[in-house]
Amino acid sequence: MNCLMALLSGLLFGIGLVVSGMTDPQRVVGFLDVTGDWDPTLMAVLGGAVLTTFVGFRLLRRLGRPWLSATFEWPTRRDLDRPLVIGASLFGLGWGLSGYCPGPALLALNTGDLSVWGLVIMMAVGWWAAQRWSWQR
Amino acid sequence: MATSLLHGLIGGVLIGCAAILMMFSIGRIAGISGIASHALFSRPRLSQAWRWAFIIGLLISPLIVVSLGLPGNVAFSSEVVLGDPLVPWPVMAIAGLCIGLGTGWSHGCTSGHGVCGLARLSPRSLVATMTFVTTAMSTVGLTHSLRV
Repeated sequence: MNCLMALLSGLLFGIGLVVSGMTDPQRVVGFLDVTGDWDPTLMAVLGGAVLTTFVGFRLLRRLGRPWLSATFEWPTRRDLDRPLVIGASLFGLGWGLSGYCPGPALLALNTGDLSVWGLVIMMAVGWWAAQRWSWQR
Repeated sequence: MATSLLHGLIGGVLIGCAAILMMFSIGRIAGISGIASHALFSRPRLSQAWRWAFIIGLLISPLIVVSLGLPGNVAFSSEVVLGDPLVPWPVMAIAGLCIGLGTGWSHGCTSGHGVCGLARLSPRSLVATMTFVTTAMSTVGLTHSLRV
């Protein structure tokens, strides 16, 4: 049952990405290119997603526990550290270069485009390396 | 422009519903980089199978969109559901490495920090989101001016 709900969540998330157009790097780069012919679509996507999630999470916090699990796993860290900022900068660099973030990149594997597969394989290599060489604070 | 914004908003609400469904049912944040990286590189356990289920859902979602006849929102085309890459493969490969290392070290991407983190009003996610949006905009600005 847990897996079924996770599958449905992933499915719904992916449908949202396709319907919103975020699987198209042209749309993403169009948003990031503030000096060019600016495409505000990504802002509507992020705004709609954050507002919906904000309201939903507020309501969920009133429930004692999730439906199928013992506890809500809300992230607890609030500190700001160097890995957060340097990691986010590096991610922004890759996102700007390609127009792909992890979700759309996974969906785009369906295109069969070899350069997308290359990006996803290198992304996995990066995840592996980041787990192996974590930062000394 | 108005249709693309409307599609964006509807898609965004669907993404939000997915994040809510995930937290409501199994109490987890729908953060794609975290779910995928742990699915690949943490010790496999049956209790972690939900990670693979979520990824399978993501991977098959374009097929479902096509079979349901839902619209995509690809620039310049109403029939195509997924867009095409904009840059040659070496750039894609370097970008992939940056995305993997970066989201690994900062523990989140556009979904975990951008959607779920901002919705939780998390200071870490606010800093991360502002940082990656700014660096991505600078990168695009820079590559744009180099190309022209």
